Amino acid sequence: MPEQAPEQRVKNFKEVPFGYTEELAKIEAQRCLFCKKPQCIAGCPVEIDIPGFIKLIAEGDYIGAAKKLKETNSLPAVCGRVCPQEDQCEKVCILSKKYEPVAIGNLERFAADYERETGEIEIPKIEKSTGKKVAIVGSGPAGLTVAGDLIKMGHQVTVFEALHKAGGVLVYGIPEFRLPKAIVQSEVDYLAKLGVEFKTSNVIGMLETIDDLFASGYHAIFIGTGAGLPNFMRIPGENLNGIYSANEYLTRSNLMKAYSFPENDTPIFSGKNVAVLGGGNTAMDSVRTALRLGADNAYIVYRRSRTEMPARKDEIHHAEQEGVKFDFLTAPIKFHGTEDGWLKGMECIRMKLGEPDESGRRRPVPVEGSNYIMDVDTVIVAIGNSSNPLVPKTTPGLDINKWGNITADPETGQTSRRGVFAGGDIVTGGATVILAAGAGKRAARAIDAYLKTP
Amino acid sequence: MSIADLDKKNGILAIVFQEVGKSTAKLGTLVEGDSLADVVGPLGTPTHIEKYGNCVCVGGGIGIAPIHPVAKALKEVGNQVTSIIGARNKELLIMEDESRAACDNLIISTDDGSYGFHGFVTQVLAGILEKGEKVDFIFSVGPVLMMRALARVTLPYKVRTIISLNPIMVDGTGMCGACRVTVGNQTKFACVDGPDFDAHLVDFEELLKRQRMYLKEEKVAMDNFISRMDQSAHHHQSHKPS
Repeated sequence: MPEQAPEQRVKNFKEVPFGYTEELAKIEAQRCLFCKKPQCIAGCPVEIDIPGFIKLIAEGDYIGAAKKLKETNSLPAVCGRVCPQEDQCEKVCILSKKYEPVAIGNLERFAADYERETGEIEIPKIEKSTGKKVAIVGSGPAGLTVAGDLIKMGHQVTVFEALHKAGGVLVYGIPEFRLPKAIVQSEVDYLAKLGVEFKTSNVIGMLETIDDLFASGYHAIFIGTGAGLPNFMRIPGENLNGIYSANEYLTRSNLMKAYSFPENDTPIFSGKNVAVLGGGNTAMDSVRTALRLGADNAYIVYRRSRTEMPARKDEIHHAEQEGVKFDFLTAPIKFHGTEDGWLKGMECIRMKLGEPDESGRRRPVPVEGSNYIMDVDTVIVAIGNSSNPLVPKTTPGLDINKWGNITADPETGQTSRRGVFAGGDIVTGGATVILAAGAGKRAARAIDAYLKTP
Repeated sequence: MSIADLDKKNGILAIVFQEVGKSTAKLGTLVEGDSLADVVGPLGTPTHIEKYGNCVCVGGGIGIAPIHPVAKALKEVGNQVTSIIGARNKELLIMEDESRAACDNLIISTDDGSYGFHGFVTQVLAGILEKGEKVDFIFSVGPVLMMRALARVTLPYKVRTIISLNPIMVDGTGMCGACRVTVGNQTKFACVDGPDFDAHLVDFEELLKRQRMYLKEEKVAMDNFISRMDQSAHHHQSHKPS
């Protein structure tokens, strides 16, 4: 897919790939073999009829393709951009045995963008009002999916969001250059048009509890509060100025638009030599943001090797193209600071790979005496999140596991509390947009069934 | 800036703020009938209130506001409450009447001696403790330097001393970790674990340094704001009919 040249794009926050033209989309769509027993559908967490929508693109019916996508996925413009397709649908594409797989993600993005840009977004049929009210806590991919499905089923839906803008991780976490905020906004606007009520700046668990919501007339509640408590390394010097959690760094830059300080009020400190700890998508988002904020050197410091990095292949590739340096098999052990409390260096130790651990990945072990100091003034810790305790802590009878995640049936999202469902990162721990959307899909079906049970 | 009072019946939340930077300066331009786009809360863990016996609430500067509801609540459950409130000078002293009404005994101090005791609130507190008066619980809010001094004053007497911290925050729900403070050698998030902490366990040096992280940017934002205000004042003036 055509995209901005690396030396250009590191100077702006605009989206990297331009997206397909109609011609390119058709050509790519025609590569599909339209298998009798398509493997790709099984590879998709929300079971999109992939050959079905691709066929419509090949025939030039782009609006039809978008509609087909929306039958099973409420957020195709988002998922087309941020899904790890290489581990899902594209991984099992029959073509990938010999050639490149069909670019399913790019085609999904094309159809959704086409529909949005031509303004031909049709309001779907909304079932007769059931008179039932559902509260959704959190407006990330899980919450938005549940909201979209339930409103179409005729229920009254209110989404509560703690931040001042709806979208959850799609607005505070994923940067503009990977997911333009206008796209998220149009998804939210669309749901509002269908009748979903959004209540922002509304921290459930603090302002009102789950029980308060029931008392005020909601018949069912979905909790999709995400994995919102950043993990730190717990090594000396971690509270020096210049050390951020990825959540803070990305929230300042994305949601609060600190990249345009002082036009926007929120500042961000992003230095000349920036190290990002971690190997996931959030780490790639952070390191590429650092470059765009003016870093001379931006490093990924990861304690395992390249093969164990959980980030999408595309993100790693883009980061490399943009000049990010990768320090594999390296772990920080201590931060050094100046008199007045600013980070001036990070002491690291080299690692080697040992025996596989419980995750099946080879466990990194430190190489004695290999310590050295990295010259950095900014460090971004992107080693994952724990679950946010605000809702579980204030909801008696809601079971959580030892990591603080809400216990929920994977098929229905049903929790230990009657009428309370949950899905997304608050149940699984840090995962992907599409898995959260998939959980939302299943929960919506279960909530609908629950509400219709007399 | 902080919550100074709450009137649940009439749905009124009283907030007191001092214009020190761009956001508070901008708040200062609001007039009756204006509104804020977003107000979020309540956040954090509520101050623990119980019957301790003799309590002292110490508020410095704008910190007088947040100790007010705590003094009120402590008195309501039957504590004997002394409040010590202080400011740099008489002009800057706020909420004197409200504070007096909320406690049993109010002591005022000013740094320059223009009103009440000439000196710091911490000196007043030290005097009380030195006299051997029985103090069971101390709650205090004020500038970090004041709270550090206060922690040093009360430590030898082993009086339970709780302070309310206000480090830099972004979302206030535990999502970002900007507000981390070291308390008893452990990292805590002031927004969810606090804002109240045991004064004798807080790493004040670290807190002071973290508070200064954006001094440069705060000044830029404020300077821009002032020059824009000046420009628009000038603009209005030049359009006045002569």
